[in-house]
Amino acid sequence: MEVALAILVGCFFALSIYLILSLHTIRILLGIAILTNAVNMSIFTAGRLTREVPPIVPDGSYVPLEATANPLPQALILTAIVISFSLFAFVLVLVYRAYQELGTDATTEMVEAEPPHEPATPRGY
Amino acid sequence: MNTVILRTVAPFLTSLMIIFSIFVLLRGHNEPGGGFIGGLIAASSVAIYGIANGVAPVRRALYFHPIVIAAAGVLLATLSGVMSLFGNVPFLTGLWWFPETTGIPITLSTPLFFDIGVWLTVVGAISAIALALEEKEYD
Amino acid sequence: MATGPADKALVAQSMLNEAPALSDWLVVTPVIIPFVFAAIIVMQRQRVDRHGPIAIAGFVLLVLCNIGLVNAVRSDGVIVMAMSNWIPPFGISFTVDIVSALFALVASVIGLLTAIFADGDLDMRSRRYGFFAFLLLLVAGVSGAFLTGDVFNLYVWFEVLLIASFGLIVYGGGREQLDGAVRYAILNLLATTFFLIATGLLYGMTGTLNFADIARKVPELTAGAPTAAVASLFILAFAMKAAAFPLNFWLPASYHTPPAVVGALFAGLLTKVGVYALFRITSLVFPTPPAIIDTVVMAVAVATMVIGVLGALAQNDIRRVMGFLVVSGIGSMLLGIALGTTEALMGAIIYAVHSMIVMTALYLAVDLIQKATARFRLTELGGLYAVAPLLSTLFLVLAFAVSGLPPFSGLWPKIVLLRASLAVDAHWAAFAILLTGILTSITMGRVWALTFWRPRSEGAPEIDTAMLQDRRLMAPLIALVALTVGIGLFPAPLFELAGLGAAGLTDPSEYIRAVFDLAAHVGVAEQ
Repeated sequence: MEVALAILVGCFFALSIYLILSLHTIRILLGIAILTNAVNMSIFTAGRLTREVPPIVPDGSYVPLEATANPLPQALILTAIVISFSLFAFVLVLVYRAYQELGTDATTEMVEAEPPHEPATPRGY
Repeated sequence: MNTVILRTVAPFLTSLMIIFSIFVLLRGHNEPGGGFIGGLIAASSVAIYGIANGVAPVRRALYFHPIVIAAAGVLLATLSGVMSLFGNVPFLTGLWWFPETTGIPITLSTPLFFDIGVWLTVVGAISAIALALEEKEYD
Repeated sequence: MATGPADKALVAQSMLNEAPALSDWLVVTPVIIPFVFAAIIVMQRQRVDRHGPIAIAGFVLLVLCNIGLVNAVRSDGVIVMAMSNWIPPFGISFTVDIVSALFALVASVIGLLTAIFADGDLDMRSRRYGFFAFLLLLVAGVSGAFLTGDVFNLYVWFEVLLIASFGLIVYGGGREQLDGAVRYAILNLLATTFFLIATGLLYGMTGTLNFADIARKVPELTAGAPTAAVASLFILAFAMKAAAFPLNFWLPASYHTPPAVVGALFAGLLTKVGVYALFRITSLVFPTPPAIIDTVVMAVAVATMVIGVLGALAQNDIRRVMGFLVVSGIGSMLLGIALGTTEALMGAIIYAVHSMIVMTALYLAVDLIQKATARFRLTELGGLYAVAPLLSTLFLVLAFAVSGLPPFSGLWPKIVLLRASLAVDAHWAAFAILLTGILTSITMGRVWALTFWRPRSEGAPEIDTAMLQDRRLMAPLIALVALTVGIGLFPAPLFELAGLGAAGLTDPSEYIRAVFDLAAHVGVAEQ
């Protein structure tokens, strides 16, 4: 099971990095969306897999009665999903606004912040 | 969306959903549930009312601006963590009271207030987004 | 099911039964105060005129608490507060040593001064948008990152400050700014994602997230553990955050686009959070990294220093000159980390404090230049000395400080780093420090001469000094310059703190012991 998930995570990483290397912001964003999923799955796998034993403490007891699935990675992933989802939503809006303003989503043409034809610095007074 | 059916049903649906969201919030103490999903339910009820009757009546009904509600939630959650200063225990440690009024035992605790803070934050933030989106669409 | 008393005892063993000392609360105040005041500001959203004073009041309180925190840590050693009473490593614990406390203090001072500047600078529209709430949230995130003792919690604080910084960087929304914001947002999102990958792998490797517990577990790892890969991922993520070469290009492309007070705040605080995280990771998680990583970090540090300042030298836009100088400073701090001796780390800590103060001041000064002349290109500026002698003097002091010339704050960290690199026979590192110093002097000398000293060219627009009379704009700049001069003339207290902090980084046994001393105070089973 771990091996299968590890291979899947690897495929996700490869795909996301391929997309992030693209010149268009929308593809970069898709890459980031896949990347966050890849990360979440890799944390899940790193926390070791246990099947079908939910980490629930039975009524009246203080500790679980048998070895259960590790709940910590699930908590970590839940946090990471919420955070990365909200940040992704923000960046999506930001890129859309930039597309509206600049009229392009090609990173090679987004040169407002660093104009290419800046005059040379003065050599003297 | 000006259909008669939705406009007639929306007030009932909204009130039912808000009651259910409070139920989920309080139940979250010991069972599945809690402030986050309770807040989502309440926020969707606000959104439904907005779709049915327009955004302006929702803003009037909420009285406070949604962002203010969210900020109040953050404040409540933070202060419920600070309460443990008076209990002489580390930050965010749960404190419990068991007052009894007219024979009914009530359980109060700082985790409850923290959860209410989360509920308010989620309700405020999600409603603010939903209302802003609806305003754009239907005005 | 019946409750076994053994089970109950097991649970009780993970809780503390000792009340925390009142001074321990100082550990969490740097996070609580900004959150409370930010919430109050948002609740007063209609009373826009109150936002500034509330934020300033919050920052004053914050600075006082942080002074108390530095004092407490200096007298009592590392302070730990176990959140929710769960002993480490089960719960999240805030763990504060001298470095954390010192950085949190400087960050709150920067926050206070930028809040005062913003109160004089911003119009009502940007206040309504919630500038001061974002400012407080950013400082809460930065303080949380400095104070936490848990690697996943560090990730969460990174995200808090990232969200706040996103809110700040898009304010205004011009074309130039949206372009800069896209670069900033995507690159920083990627960096935090890499950080999360590394955290997940580290958790898989050690089974714990508490820094002190990780420090105990890492030496016990078997030879097959992917230590080098995880270490490289951490270093990649934090170097991206800190804008180290070759991951530095986003910084000079974005920091000059938002309102200058935002740029000042970012230049002062954000890159240093990356540097601080590197301090922690190299000290606690990978105290003996594979030799190749040391070499790579060293090369990156030297390249960052030299390429940063060369970039600054080539710029015509003074706002971007400052962006490249931030990058160059990061190189000096990385050099301290790469050398790794106590003295080198001490130099890096002093440099970080100096850089927070000076870079913020430089961005504010550049903003004042832009306000007075409505220009920011060296080709178009000139003649400011004749009308604004005070600003010219302040800028000259800052230019000396950032170049590392006496008698200002930049001199001391450079001397310490120079001695540290000579002590380990890293002659080329020493050469790079000196070369960077010379090139920085040339850059800043040129900027000063062309902006202030050169007479105003024919037909250039009138210089409007009305803004320079505003006390709320000048006072923060004067205060920052006074701090620079103060550190330059009386460096002893900072040296003492940085020395203690560096000793704690090279030998983290006190940090680890303080965390696990708590575990000795576990509760007994209740009856």
